[in-house]
Amino acid sequence: MIEFAGVSHAYPDAAGQATTVLREVSVRLTEHRIGVIGANGSGKSTFARMLNALVVPSVGSVRVDGLDTAREARAIRRRVGFCFTDPDAQIVMPTVQEDLAFSLRRRHLPKDEVARRVEAALDTYGLAAYRTQPAHLLSGGQKQLLALAAVLVTDPALVVMDEPTTLLDLANAVRVRERVRALAPQVVLVTHQLDLLDQFDRVLVFHEGRLVFDGAPADAVAHYRGLVLT
Amino acid sequence: MTVLATYVERDSPVHRLPAGAKLGGLVVIAALSVLVRHWWQTAALLVVVALLYAAAYIPWRAAAAQLRPVALLVAGIGVFQVFVAGWERAVLVCGGITALVALAALVSLTTRTDALVEVVVGLAGPLRRFGLDPERVGLLASLGIRSVPVLVGLAREVRDAQRARGAATRPVAFLAPLMVRSLRHADQVAEALAARGIDD
Ligand SMILES: Nc1ncnc2c1ncn2[C@@H]1O[C@H](COP(=O)(O)OP(=O)(O)O)[C@@H](O)[C@H]1O
Ligand SMILES: [Mg+2]
Repeated sequence: MIEFAGVSHAYPDAAGQATTVLREVSVRLTEHRIGVIGANGSGKSTFARMLNALVVPSVGSVRVDGLDTAREARAIRRRVGFCFTDPDAQIVMPTVQEDLAFSLRRRHLPKDEVARRVEAALDTYGLAAYRTQPAHLLSGGQKQLLALAAVLVTDPALVVMDEPTTLLDLANAVRVRERVRALAPQVVLVTHQLDLLDQFDRVLVFHEGRLVFDGAPADAVAHYRGLVLT
Repeated sequence: MTVLATYVERDSPVHRLPAGAKLGGLVVIAALSVLVRHWWQTAALLVVVALLYAAAYIPWRAAAAQLRPVALLVAGIGVFQVFVAGWERAVLVCGGITALVALAALVSLTTRTDALVEVVVGLAGPLRRFGLDPERVGLLASLGIRSVPVLVGLAREVRDAQRARGAATRPVAFLAPLMVRSLRHADQVAEALAARGIDD
């Protein structure tokens, strides 16, 4: 369960002045699939990053499964997986199976358990044929699937994705979408590709740092269109 | 693109050798190579290297691809040596360079990166006394290897973007955006590492 209580956030700018990018967000999210939409700069990424303690709110509190992100960042990150837009930035190890194993490095699992989990992830994500391939030889879609697999191999309770299909072509975006639909953990997905959200349980709309709408996907998209196109 | 030799999966005796032994052997041979005095010693070394490639079941093409980046340089040195110092000296120098490059490539063709990184972690063990975490050193090594193709990709993007705008490629006009992109990339990697729980 995700709980934002009176959250506002300001980043210090170059002149040391604070610019507020999130204002008084209070929301409680228990649904399985949650979408986040809004214009560029509306605060979506800041909101998403808060779920993994990458950003700690300047005012208010964020809790995931009862853990406060300001105090329990480590425990939070063990529980919350994060998938970024650019898979090249998240793939740390040179080859596919090494990168999957890297995710499990700090879990203190026995070697054969790591191997077993890596094997399972390779199968699930259709990466088995590429196991010893250098990551840079994968296509954009395969890279993103690898990044996603590297998150899921740790069995997170919540997966946060910040525009995971923005850099992908249609076929790859569809592949990632199918994977997202099949995910067991709770999902928070930030996207501009509105068709990704059509089967989601709940969609939040951000506008200039405020949470301005919260409801079913079709209504949220209509609200967003209204904001932008008038 | 062969920026770095990349692992070729085979079930061979060379693959099964411990990574530390292979790296150690490479260092020893490199050190001994400065003692070589006769062209036939170099020739013998080249034969040994070729046999090692055969024992590792590395296809000819993959082996040749490893040497291509240095081929022109070696050829140039060879021509120079033939005229200045004679063919024997040319074989000695060019053969030596070729053998060492080929051996280094053989190590990376037959050893998984995580095994190499483990050796690095082991070697970095004594650094613990100075407050350095060997695991971190190993992570840095992996990140370094991984970042080579990424940076090459970024450089290509910058060059293409400038060509598309019809700009002549001046060094400054190339390096400035490349720096910006590299820094942004480094930032994203740091954040991704934190997200994967590796910031402690
Ligand atoms: N690390 C940062 N430092 C300063 N300002 C930032 C930082 N990250 C984001 N911002 C600013 O915060 C605002 C909201 O950004 P963001 O949350 O990334 O929005 P979105 O993801 O909806 O585009 C933008 O104006 C952006 O420039
Ligand atoms: Mg964003």
